[in-house]
Amino acid sequence: MLEPIIGLEVHAELETQSKMFCACPVVDTTQAEPNTAVCPVCAGMPGALPVVNRRAVEYGLRVALALGCEINLASIFARKNYFYPDLPKGYQISQYEQPLARNGRLVISTSQGERVIRIRLVHLEEDTGKLTHVGQAGPAYTLVDLNRAGIPLLEIVTEPDFRTGEEVRGYAQSLRSILRYLGVNSGDLQKGVLRIEPNVSLRPAGQTALGVKVEIKNLNSFRALERGVAYEIQRQSDLLQRGERVRQETVGWDEAREVTFTQRVKEGDEDYHYFPDPDLPPLVIEAAWAEEIRAALPELPAAKSLRFREQYGLNDYDAGLLTAEREVADYFEQAVAAAPEAAPKMVANWITGELFGLLNQAGTSLRECRVPPSALASLVGLVSRGEINQNSAKSVLGEMFTTGQSAESIVASRGLRQVSDTAAIAALVQKALAENPAQVAAYFGGKEAVAQWLFGQVMRAAKGQANPQVVRAELTRQLAERKD
Amino acid sequence: MSLTLSQVEHIAHLARLALTEDETQQYCAQLSAILEHFTRLQAVDTSSLPPAASGSPAGSNLRSDEPRPGLERDILLRTAPDVVHDQFRVPPVLEEQ
Repeated sequence: MLEPIIGLEVHAELETQSKMFCACPVVDTTQAEPNTAVCPVCAGMPGALPVVNRRAVEYGLRVALALGCEINLASIFARKNYFYPDLPKGYQISQYEQPLARNGRLVISTSQGERVIRIRLVHLEEDTGKLTHVGQAGPAYTLVDLNRAGIPLLEIVTEPDFRTGEEVRGYAQSLRSILRYLGVNSGDLQKGVLRIEPNVSLRPAGQTALGVKVEIKNLNSFRALERGVAYEIQRQSDLLQRGERVRQETVGWDEAREVTFTQRVKEGDEDYHYFPDPDLPPLVIEAAWAEEIRAALPELPAAKSLRFREQYGLNDYDAGLLTAEREVADYFEQAVAAAPEAAPKMVANWITGELFGLLNQAGTSLRECRVPPSALASLVGLVSRGEINQNSAKSVLGEMFTTGQSAESIVASRGLRQVSDTAAIAALVQKALAENPAQVAAYFGGKEAVAQWLFGQVMRAAKGQANPQVVRAELTRQLAERKD
Repeated sequence: MSLTLSQVEHIAHLARLALTEDETQQYCAQLSAILEHFTRLQAVDTSSLPPAASGSPAGSNLRSDEPRPGLERDILLRTAPDVVHDQFRVPPVLEEQ
C-alpha cells in the first residue's frame, strides 16, 4: 500500500505599483509591449543597487498574518545563483535561511471533513523575465522580455500535509480567496500571476522517510491542478509497483493530453550557492508596524462563512459560495439589509442562482453588474410579498440586468403585478368551474388530475398574473364546497 | 584547501561555461588559492561577535511604492548583442514548452 505525500509551493505576484527592488512600473506582462518597464536594476546592470519596496513588504505581512504565521522581525535577503536567460543578474534575490515568516496554518474543508494544512514559510523574492521559444520551422532561438523581471513575488510553502488532489485543490482555492480578500493578488491562474506548484512523492504506508519527489508546473487551472496531482500519483505508483524508480525532476502538465512530461532535471539546493545579498541589509520589521497590519486585516473568508451561517441561517454550501469572493459577500449583505422582510436564504438563492447565471452568460463580474444590491432587494421584496410570481421575477431580473431599470418600473410597464386579492381570484375560479361542468364532473368521478387542468384555466384567465398559491387554495376550497 | 578538477568542472557547468582542459587546470589552481585565503580568515577569533549577514547595519530602509518610467526601450536594447521583435534574442532553451 503506497501513500502519496504532497507539498505545495505557491508563487503570488504582489499587485504593487512598482517592482520589488526598483521603481519600474508593474505592468500586465501578458499585454504590455515587451521590455517597456525595465531599468538598470531589473536588467541586472553592473553597479545598479536594489532598494526594497515598502508596499511589497506590507502585502507579504498581510498574507503571513492572515495565515497565522510568526513574523521574523529581521529577515535576510539571499542570492539564489543560477544561470538562465530569464534571470539577468545571474541570481534571483530571494530569502532562504531567514524568511519573512514561518509556521502558519490554513484550515480547509474537504469531502472528508476539515483538514489543517501547516504553512512552513512565507518569503519575499523577485519574479524572473519571460521567455518565448521560437523555431518550429527554421533555426530555433529564445526571446527574452524583462517586463516581469523584478515584480515582487511572495512564495508560500506548505509542509507535505496533503494526501489527495482534492485537498490540494481545496487549499489552493482557499488561499486564492484569501489573497483576493487581502487585495494583494488577482488570483488569475491563466495569466500566471498566481502559480501553484505541487510536489508529489509516494512511500509505503507506515514508513516515515519520504520518497523521491517530483514537482509539477504549468497547472493553469484548479481542474488541471487536481488532475495533474492525480495523474502523477498514478504514474509514480505504477513505476514503483513495477519495481522501477522515480526520478527527481520537474514535470510539466500537458493540458490537452492530460499527462505530465519531463521539463528538467533540477539542480540541487546546494548548487544554488545561496548567500546573504551584500547589497541589502537585513529586513527589519517594527513590531508596531506588524501589529498595525494585523489590526487592519479584513474579515477573512472562513470567519465570514461562519458568521453567515450563524447570523443569516445559511447552510455550509451557500455560506461558502457567498464568501469565496469579498465582493459577493458584500453584495449579499447589502441586499439583505435592503430587503428586511425577505428571508436571507431567499436573497442568497437569487444571487447564487439567477444572478450568477446571468453573470456567467454575459461573461461579466459582479463589479460591472447593472443590478445593484438595493435593486435586487426590491425584486426579492416583490416576490416575498407575493406581488409578482417567481417566473415573472426571473424575467424581470433578466431585464434589470440588461437595461439597469428598477424592478418596480419593469413590473409596472409590463403589467406583471400578480393578483393576490382573494375576492378577485374567487370570482375567476367560480367562472372557470361554471364554464367547465364536464371537467368538474370528471374530477368528482375520481380524476383528481383534472384539478391541475382547472388550475391552468384560472391562471390563463388571469393572464399568468394571479398568485398561484392563492389560486390553488381557492380552487381547493370551492371544489370542496361543491362536493358537499 | 584545494579543489578537485571535477569540482571545478561542476562549477563551470553551473555557470554554463565550457572550459578547455588547460583552463580547468588553471582555474582549479586560482580558485584553490582564493579558498586558501579564506582558511586564513577562518583563523581569526570571532567568538565574541554576533553573526552578521551584511556589512551594512540592519534597518528598515524601505522605498515608497511610487513607479517611475524605466529606460527608453531603444537605449535598453542597444546594450544587447542580438535583438529581434524588441526582445533580447538568446540561443534556444528547450526546458519549457
